[in-house]
Amino acid sequence: MATPLNLKELSKKEIRFTAGHRLCAGCAAPTVVKMILLAACDYPVIAASSTGCLEVSSCISTFTAWKIPWIHNAFENAAATLSGVQTMYKALKKQGKIDKDIKFIAICGDGGTYDIGFQSLSGAMERGHDMLYVCYDNGAYMNTGIQRSGATPTYADTTTCPAGAVIPGKPQQRKDLTRIMAVHGLPYVAQASPSHWPDLMKKVRKAIETPGPKFINIFTPCNRGWRSRTDDAIMLSRLAVETCFWPLYEVENGVTRVTVKPKEKKPIIDFLKAQGRFKHLFEPGREKMIEQIQDIIDKNWERLLKEEEMTLPKEEGNK
Amino acid sequence: MMGWKEIPPGMVILEPGSALKVKTGSWRAAYRPRWIEENCIQCLLCWLYCPDNSVKVKDGKREDFDFDYCKGCGICALECPGKKGNKAIVMEEEVK
Repeated sequence: MATPLNLKELSKKEIRFTAGHRLCAGCAAPTVVKMILLAACDYPVIAASSTGCLEVSSCISTFTAWKIPWIHNAFENAAATLSGVQTMYKALKKQGKIDKDIKFIAICGDGGTYDIGFQSLSGAMERGHDMLYVCYDNGAYMNTGIQRSGATPTYADTTTCPAGAVIPGKPQQRKDLTRIMAVHGLPYVAQASPSHWPDLMKKVRKAIETPGPKFINIFTPCNRGWRSRTDDAIMLSRLAVETCFWPLYEVENGVTRVTVKPKEKKPIIDFLKAQGRFKHLFEPGREKMIEQIQDIIDKNWERLLKEEEMTLPKEEGNK
Repeated sequence: MMGWKEIPPGMVILEPGSALKVKTGSWRAAYRPRWIEENCIQCLLCWLYCPDNSVKVKDGKREDFDFDYCKGCGICALECPGKKGNKAIVMEEEVK
Protein backbone atom coordinates (compact mmCIF):
# COMPACT_ATOMS: atom_id res chain seq x y z
CA MET A 1 0.00 0.00 0.00
CA ALA A 2 1.21 3.49 -0.76
CA THR A 3 2.53 5.46 2.21
CA PRO A 4 -0.02 8.20 3.05
CA LEU A 5 1.29 11.71 2.43
CA ASN A 6 1.08 12.93 6.02
CA LEU A 7 4.08 14.03 8.03
CA LYS A 8 3.60 11.54 10.85
CA GLU A 9 3.86 8.59 8.47
CA LEU A 10 6.49 10.17 6.24
CA SER A 11 8.72 10.96 9.22
CA LYS A 12 9.06 7.21 9.82
CA LYS A 13 10.62 6.83 6.36
CA GLU A 14 14.31 7.19 5.65
CA ILE A 15 15.33 10.56 4.21
CA ARG A 16 17.43 9.58 1.22
CA PHE A 17 19.30 12.89 1.07
CA THR A 18 21.44 13.29 4.19
CA ALA A 19 22.70 16.24 6.20
CA GLY A 20 26.34 17.17 5.80
CA HIS A 21 25.77 18.54 2.31
CA ARG A 22 27.42 21.89 1.69
CA LEU A 23 24.42 23.88 0.41
CA CYS A 24 24.12 27.33 2.04
CA ALA A 25 22.24 27.85 5.30
CA GLY A 26 18.57 28.36 4.46
CA CYS A 27 18.81 27.01 0.88
CA ALA A 28 15.49 25.57 -0.28
CA ALA A 29 17.03 22.99 -2.65
CA PRO A 30 17.68 20.26 -0.03
CA THR A 31 14.12 20.70 1.27
CA VAL A 32 12.78 20.28 -2.26
CA VAL A 33 14.92 17.15 -2.78
CA LYS A 34 13.73 15.79 0.57
CA MET A 35 10.09 16.32 -0.44
CA ILE A 36 10.60 14.64 -3.83
CA LEU A 37 12.31 11.59 -2.34
CA LEU A 38 9.71 11.31 0.45
CA ALA A 39 6.90 11.38 -2.11
CA ALA A 40 8.75 8.58 -3.93
CA CYS A 41 9.46 6.68 -0.68
CA ASP A 42 7.69 3.51 -1.86
CA TYR A 43 10.06 3.01 -4.78
CA PRO A 44 13.76 2.52 -5.42
CA VAL A 45 14.96 5.68 -7.17
CA ILE A 46 17.91 6.43 -9.45
CA ALA A 47 18.67 10.13 -9.80
CA ALA A 48 20.82 12.40 -11.93
CA SER A 49 21.77 16.05 -11.64
CA SER A 50 23.33 18.47 -14.03
CA THR A 51 26.12 20.74 -12.84
CA GLY A 52 24.78 23.25 -10.35
CA CYS A 53 24.50 24.15 -6.68
CA LEU A 54 22.85 20.86 -5.77
CA GLU A 55 25.43 18.83 -7.66
CA VAL A 56 28.58 20.52 -6.37
CA SER A 57 27.32 20.70 -2.80
CA SER A 58 25.90 17.20 -2.48
CA CYS A 59 28.97 15.45 -3.80
CA ILE A 60 32.34 16.85 -2.78
CA SER A 61 35.45 14.67 -2.96
CA THR A 62 34.56 11.34 -1.36
CA PHE A 63 31.45 12.63 0.41
CA THR A 64 27.97 12.18 -1.00
CA ALA A 65 24.67 13.21 0.56
CA TRP A 66 22.73 10.81 -1.66
CA LYS A 67 21.54 7.49 -0.32
CA ILE A 68 20.30 6.42 -3.73
CA PRO A 69 22.31 5.75 -6.89
CA TRP A 70 22.99 9.19 -8.35
CA ILE A 71 24.92 10.26 -11.41
CA HIS A 72 26.39 13.55 -12.57
CA ASN A 73 27.85 13.93 -16.03
CA ALA A 74 28.01 17.54 -17.25
CA PHE A 75 26.03 20.77 -17.24
CA GLU A 76 24.14 20.24 -20.47
CA ASN A 77 23.15 16.60 -20.42
CA ALA A 78 21.45 15.37 -17.24
CA ALA A 79 18.35 14.32 -19.21
CA ALA A 80 20.42 12.51 -21.86
CA THR A 81 22.52 10.81 -19.17
CA LEU A 82 19.50 9.63 -17.23
CA SER A 83 17.72 8.50 -20.39
CA GLY A 84 20.78 6.31 -21.09
CA VAL A 85 20.65 4.81 -17.62
CA GLN A 86 16.91 4.22 -18.01
CA THR A 87 17.46 2.49 -21.38
CA MET A 88 20.07 0.20 -19.85
CA TYR A 89 17.62 -0.64 -17.06
CA LYS A 90 14.98 -1.49 -19.66
CA ALA A 91 17.42 -3.79 -21.47
CA LEU A 92 18.49 -5.54 -18.25
CA LYS A 93 14.86 -5.96 -17.26
CA LYS A 94 14.08 -7.54 -20.63
CA GLN A 95 16.98 -9.94 -20.11
CA GLY A 96 15.56 -10.87 -16.73
CA LYS A 97 18.64 -9.57 -14.87
CA ILE A 98 16.67 -7.05 -12.83
CA ASP A 99 13.13 -7.29 -11.52
CA LYS A 100 12.68 -4.15 -9.43
CA ASP A 101 10.33 -1.35 -10.43
CA ILE A 102 12.82 1.53 -10.39
CA LYS A 103 11.87 5.19 -10.82
CA PHE A 104 14.20 7.62 -12.61
CA ILE A 105 14.34 11.24 -11.50
CA ALA A 106 16.57 14.04 -12.79
CA ILE A 107 16.89 16.99 -10.40
CA CYS A 108 18.56 20.00 -12.00
CA GLY A 109 18.76 23.76 -11.52
CA ASP A 110 17.30 26.35 -13.85
CA GLY A 111 20.61 26.99 -15.61
CA GLY A 112 20.96 23.32 -16.49
CA THR A 113 17.29 23.16 -17.50
CA TYR A 114 16.07 26.42 -19.07
CA ASP A 115 19.32 27.18 -20.92
CA ILE A 116 22.31 24.86 -21.07
CA GLY A 117 20.50 21.54 -20.70
CA PHE A 118 17.43 22.45 -22.69
CA GLN A 119 18.21 20.49 -25.87
CA SER A 120 18.98 17.42 -23.78
CA LEU A 121 15.74 17.77 -21.81
CA SER A 122 13.61 18.42 -24.87
CA GLY A 123 15.17 15.42 -26.65
CA ALA A 124 14.72 13.00 -23.76
CA MET A 125 11.09 14.05 -23.32
CA GLU A 126 10.39 13.75 -27.07
CA ARG A 127 11.95 10.26 -27.16
CA GLY A 128 9.52 9.33 -24.41
CA HIS A 129 11.83 7.91 -21.75
CA ASP A 130 10.04 6.74 -18.63
CA MET A 131 11.53 9.35 -16.31
CA LEU A 132 10.64 12.41 -14.27
CA TYR A 133 12.65 15.58 -14.81
CA VAL A 134 12.47 18.08 -11.95
CA CYS A 135 13.83 21.59 -12.26
CA TYR A 136 14.53 23.37 -8.98
CA ASP A 137 14.19 26.95 -10.16
CA ASN A 138 16.09 29.56 -8.17
CA GLY A 139 16.18 32.00 -11.03
CA ALA A 140 19.90 32.41 -11.82
CA TYR A 141 23.26 30.64 -11.97
CA MET A 142 23.69 30.80 -8.21
CA ASN A 143 26.52 28.28 -7.98
CA THR A 144 28.95 30.40 -10.01
CA GLY A 145 27.96 33.74 -8.49
CA ILE A 146 24.43 34.82 -9.46
CA GLN A 147 24.61 35.23 -13.23
CA ARG A 148 21.34 35.80 -15.07
CA SER A 149 19.60 32.77 -16.63
CA GLY A 150 16.53 32.26 -18.78
CA ALA A 151 14.62 31.81 -15.52
CA THR A 152 15.65 35.15 -13.98
CA PRO A 153 12.58 37.36 -13.57
CA THR A 154 12.31 40.73 -15.27
CA TYR A 155 14.17 43.58 -13.49
CA ALA A 156 15.98 41.27 -11.06
CA ASP A 157 19.50 42.37 -10.23
CA THR A 158 22.21 39.79 -10.99
CA THR A 159 25.97 40.07 -11.51
CA THR A 160 25.60 39.92 -15.30
CA CYS A 161 22.63 42.30 -15.49
CA PRO A 162 23.43 44.62 -12.60
CA ALA A 163 20.81 47.22 -11.78
CA GLY A 164 22.22 50.73 -12.13
CA ALA A 165 22.13 53.80 -14.32
CA VAL A 166 22.31 51.79 -17.57
CA ILE A 167 19.79 48.97 -17.00
CA PRO A 168 17.23 48.37 -14.23
CA GLY A 169 18.27 44.71 -13.73
CA LYS A 170 17.35 42.03 -16.28
CA PRO A 171 15.64 43.80 -19.19
CA GLN A 172 14.10 40.65 -20.70
CA GLN A 173 11.15 38.49 -19.66
CA ARG A 174 11.72 35.07 -18.13
CA LYS A 175 10.99 31.95 -20.13
CA ASP A 176 7.83 30.14 -19.13
CA LEU A 177 9.47 26.72 -19.20
CA THR A 178 6.56 24.82 -17.65
CA ARG A 179 4.40 25.93 -20.58
CA ILE A 180 7.13 25.04 -23.07
CA MET A 181 7.23 21.54 -21.61
CA ALA A 182 3.42 21.29 -21.65
CA VAL A 183 3.49 22.04 -25.37
CA HIS A 184 5.76 19.00 -25.81
CA GLY A 185 2.55 17.04 -25.23
CA LEU A 186 3.88 15.08 -22.23
CA PRO A 187 1.48 12.95 -20.18
CA TYR A 188 2.26 15.01 -17.06
CA VAL A 189 3.67 18.49 -16.51
CA ALA A 190 3.32 20.50 -13.30
CA GLN A 191 4.52 23.48 -11.36
CA ALA A 192 4.96 23.24 -7.56
CA SER A 193 6.27 25.10 -4.53
CA PRO A 194 7.74 23.75 -1.24
CA SER A 195 5.45 26.03 0.79
CA HIS A 196 2.51 23.96 -0.50
CA TRP A 197 4.12 20.63 0.29
CA PRO A 198 1.03 18.34 0.08
CA ASP A 199 0.41 19.69 -3.43
CA LEU A 200 4.10 19.21 -4.34
CA MET A 201 4.22 15.65 -3.03
CA LYS A 202 0.94 14.71 -4.72
CA LYS A 203 2.32 15.99 -8.02
CA VAL A 204 5.59 14.06 -7.64
CA ARG A 205 3.72 10.89 -6.75
CA LYS A 206 1.31 11.30 -9.66
CA ALA A 207 4.26 11.93 -11.99
CA ILE A 208 6.30 8.88 -11.00
CA GLU A 209 3.24 6.67 -11.24
CA THR A 210 2.47 7.90 -14.77
CA PRO A 211 4.42 5.98 -17.42
CA GLY A 212 6.42 8.04 -19.91
CA PRO A 213 8.23 11.38 -19.78
CA LYS A 214 7.20 13.86 -17.06
CA PHE A 215 8.33 17.33 -16.03
CA ILE A 216 7.86 19.29 -12.78
CA ASN A 217 9.14 22.81 -12.18
CA ILE A 218 9.65 23.63 -8.49
CA PHE A 219 10.11 27.11 -7.03
CA THR A 220 13.29 27.15 -4.92
CA PRO A 221 14.28 30.37 -3.12
CA CYS A 222 17.98 31.25 -2.80
CA ASN A 223 18.77 33.75 -0.06
CA ARG A 224 22.28 34.50 -1.36
CA GLY A 225 21.17 35.28 -4.88
CA TRP A 226 17.90 36.96 -3.98
CA ARG A 227 19.55 39.06 -1.30
CA SER A 228 17.04 38.02 1.31
CA ARG A 229 17.13 36.50 4.80
CA THR A 230 18.31 32.96 5.51
CA ASP A 231 15.01 32.06 7.19
CA ASP A 232 12.55 33.13 4.49
CA ALA A 233 12.77 30.39 1.83
CA ILE A 234 9.37 28.91 2.63
CA MET A 235 7.78 32.30 3.28
CA LEU A 236 8.95 33.58 -0.13
CA SER A 237 7.68 30.47 -1.91
CA ARG A 238 4.32 31.00 -0.24
CA LEU A 239 4.28 34.64 -1.37
CA ALA A 240 5.19 33.59 -4.93
CA VAL A 241 2.09 31.39 -5.00
CA GLU A 242 -0.20 33.93 -3.31
CA THR A 243 0.82 36.72 -5.70
CA CYS A 244 0.37 34.34 -8.68
CA PHE A 245 4.01 34.92 -9.64
CA TRP A 246 4.33 31.13 -9.46
CA PRO A 247 0.90 29.58 -10.07
CA LEU A 248 0.47 25.99 -8.95
CA TYR A 249 -1.01 23.94 -11.75
CA GLU A 250 -0.68 20.71 -13.65
CA VAL A 251 -1.23 19.72 -17.28
CA GLU A 252 -2.27 16.09 -17.48
CA ASN A 253 -2.76 14.72 -21.00
CA GLY A 254 -3.68 18.17 -22.27
CA VAL A 255 -6.04 19.01 -19.39
CA THR A 256 -4.94 22.01 -17.33
CA ARG A 257 -5.88 22.14 -13.65
CA VAL A 258 -4.97 25.03 -11.37
CA THR A 259 -4.38 23.04 -8.17
CA VAL A 260 -4.11 25.95 -5.74
CA LYS A 261 -6.11 29.14 -6.24
CA PRO A 262 -5.16 31.84 -3.75
CA LYS A 263 -8.17 33.04 -1.76
CA GLU A 264 -6.98 36.59 -2.16
CA LYS A 265 -4.48 37.45 -4.89
CA LYS A 266 -1.79 39.53 -3.23
CA PRO A 267 -0.07 42.40 -5.05
CA ILE A 268 3.35 41.49 -6.49
CA ILE A 269 4.93 44.27 -4.45
CA ASP A 270 4.64 42.00 -1.37
CA PHE A 271 6.89 39.46 -3.10
CA LEU A 272 9.34 42.01 -4.53
CA LYS A 273 9.93 44.07 -1.39
CA ALA A 274 11.22 41.09 0.59
CA GLN A 275 14.16 40.64 -1.78
CA GLY A 276 17.27 42.77 -2.24
CA ARG A 277 17.50 41.85 -5.92
CA PHE A 278 14.47 44.09 -6.54
CA LYS A 279 15.56 46.87 -4.16
CA HIS A 280 16.23 49.34 -7.00
CA LEU A 281 12.58 49.12 -8.11
CA PHE A 282 11.61 51.03 -4.97
CA GLU A 283 13.67 54.09 -5.89
CA PRO A 284 11.60 57.12 -6.89
CA GLY A 285 10.59 57.24 -10.55
CA ARG A 286 10.51 53.48 -11.00
CA GLU A 287 6.88 52.84 -9.95
CA LYS A 288 6.03 52.06 -13.58
CA MET A 289 8.32 49.04 -13.54
CA ILE A 290 6.46 47.40 -10.67
CA GLU A 291 3.20 48.10 -12.51
CA GLN A 292 4.69 46.47 -15.59
CA ILE A 293 5.63 43.33 -13.61
CA GLN A 294 2.12 43.23 -12.11
CA ASP A 295 0.65 43.54 -15.58
CA ILE A 296 2.62 40.53 -16.90
CA ILE A 297 1.55 38.44 -13.89
CA ASP A 298 -2.12 39.42 -14.26
CA LYS A 299 -2.11 38.53 -17.95
CA ASN A 300 -0.43 35.15 -17.37
CA TRP A 301 -2.84 34.32 -14.53
CA GLU A 302 -5.87 35.23 -16.65
CA ARG A 303 -4.52 33.13 -19.52
CA LEU A 304 -3.97 30.16 -17.21
CA LEU A 305 -7.52 30.36 -15.84
CA LYS A 306 -8.87 30.54 -19.40
CA GLU A 307 -6.76 27.55 -20.39
CA GLU A 308 -8.22 25.61 -17.47
CA GLU A 309 -11.74 26.59 -18.45
CA MET A 310 -11.09 25.48 -22.03
CA THR A 311 -9.52 22.11 -21.27
CA LEU A 312 -11.17 20.91 -18.06
CA PRO A 313 -13.92 18.35 -18.79
CA LYS A 314 -17.45 19.45 -17.90
CA GLU A 315 -17.91 16.62 -15.37
CA GLU A 316 -15.05 18.02 -13.26
CA GLY A 317 -17.33 20.97 -12.77
CA ASN A 318 -15.07 23.70 -14.14
CA LYS A 319 -14.84 24.93 -10.58
CA MET B 1 47.97 2.06 -24.64
CA MET B 2 45.45 1.01 -22.03
CA GLY B 3 42.08 -0.17 -23.30
CA TRP B 4 38.92 1.27 -21.73
CA LYS B 5 38.34 -1.92 -19.79
CA GLU B 6 41.67 -1.51 -17.98
CA ILE B 7 41.11 2.11 -16.97
CA PRO B 8 40.04 2.23 -13.32
CA PRO B 9 36.66 3.96 -12.80
CA GLY B 10 37.06 7.49 -11.48
CA MET B 11 34.88 9.63 -9.27
CA VAL B 12 32.79 6.81 -7.91
CA ILE B 13 31.63 7.05 -4.31
CA LEU B 14 30.56 3.69 -2.96
CA GLU B 15 29.43 4.80 0.50
CA PRO B 16 25.87 6.22 0.43
CA GLY B 17 25.32 9.22 2.68
CA SER B 18 29.03 9.63 3.52
CA ALA B 19 28.40 13.39 3.74
CA LEU B 20 27.20 12.69 7.30
CA LYS B 21 30.88 12.69 8.29
CA VAL B 22 30.94 16.42 7.56
CA LYS B 23 29.54 18.21 10.61
CA THR B 24 28.09 21.37 9.09
CA GLY B 25 26.94 22.58 12.53
CA SER B 26 30.26 24.44 12.73
CA TRP B 27 28.85 26.86 10.14
CA ARG B 28 26.40 28.33 12.66
CA ALA B 29 27.45 31.93 13.13
CA ALA B 30 25.10 34.16 15.06
CA TYR B 31 22.01 32.18 16.04
CA ARG B 32 20.88 28.72 17.09
CA PRO B 33 17.31 27.43 17.49
CA ARG B 34 15.83 26.45 20.85
CA TRP B 35 12.88 24.06 21.11
CA ILE B 36 10.22 24.87 23.71
CA GLU B 37 8.45 21.57 24.19
CA GLU B 38 5.33 22.88 25.98
CA ASN B 39 4.46 25.06 22.96
CA CYS B 40 5.00 22.25 20.45
CA ILE B 41 1.90 20.87 18.71
CA GLN B 42 3.90 18.13 16.94
CA CYS B 43 2.95 19.35 13.47
CA LEU B 44 6.42 18.26 12.25
CA LEU B 45 6.65 21.15 9.78
CA CYS B 46 10.11 21.96 11.16
CA TRP B 47 11.18 18.41 10.40
CA LEU B 48 9.95 18.76 6.82
CA TYR B 49 11.26 22.26 6.09
CA CYS B 50 14.70 21.89 7.72
CA PRO B 51 17.26 21.93 4.88
CA ASP B 52 19.79 20.04 7.00
CA ASN B 53 17.68 17.27 8.56
CA SER B 54 18.49 18.70 11.97
CA VAL B 55 15.11 18.09 13.58
CA LYS B 56 15.08 14.61 15.04
CA VAL B 57 11.83 12.68 15.02
CA LYS B 58 11.22 9.32 16.67
CA ASP B 59 8.00 7.30 16.14
CA GLY B 60 6.27 10.35 14.69
CA LYS B 61 7.21 12.58 17.67
CA ARG B 62 9.61 15.48 17.61
CA GLU B 63 12.80 15.39 19.64
CA ASP B 64 15.48 18.02 20.19
CA PHE B 65 17.66 19.54 17.47
CA ASP B 66 20.73 17.88 16.02
CA PHE B 67 23.31 20.62 16.41
CA ASP B 68 25.93 18.58 14.56
CA TYR B 69 24.37 19.69 11.27
CA CYS B 70 22.10 22.69 12.02
CA LYS B 71 23.43 25.72 10.12
CA GLY B 72 21.22 28.12 12.09
CA CYS B 73 19.20 29.41 9.10
CA GLY B 74 16.06 29.95 11.20
CA ILE B 75 13.47 28.53 8.77
CA CYS B 76 12.10 26.28 11.54
CA ALA B 77 11.53 29.22 13.89
CA LEU B 78 9.87 31.37 11.20
CA GLU B 79 7.54 28.59 10.05
CA CYS B 80 6.69 27.21 13.50
CA PRO B 81 2.94 27.77 14.11
CA GLY B 82 3.39 27.26 17.88
CA LYS B 83 0.54 26.97 20.34
CA LYS B 84 -1.90 29.90 20.72
CA GLY B 85 0.60 32.30 19.19
CA ASN B 86 3.51 31.10 21.31
CA LYS B 87 6.32 29.76 19.15
CA ALA B 88 7.78 26.38 19.98
CA ILE B 89 11.06 27.31 18.29
CA VAL B 90 12.94 30.54 18.94
CA MET B 91 16.32 31.69 17.65
CA GLU B 92 18.86 32.56 20.29
CA GLU B 93 22.38 33.90 20.23
CA GLU B 94 24.93 31.24 19.45
CA VAL B 95 27.26 30.26 22.29
CA LYS B 96 30.58 28.85 21.21
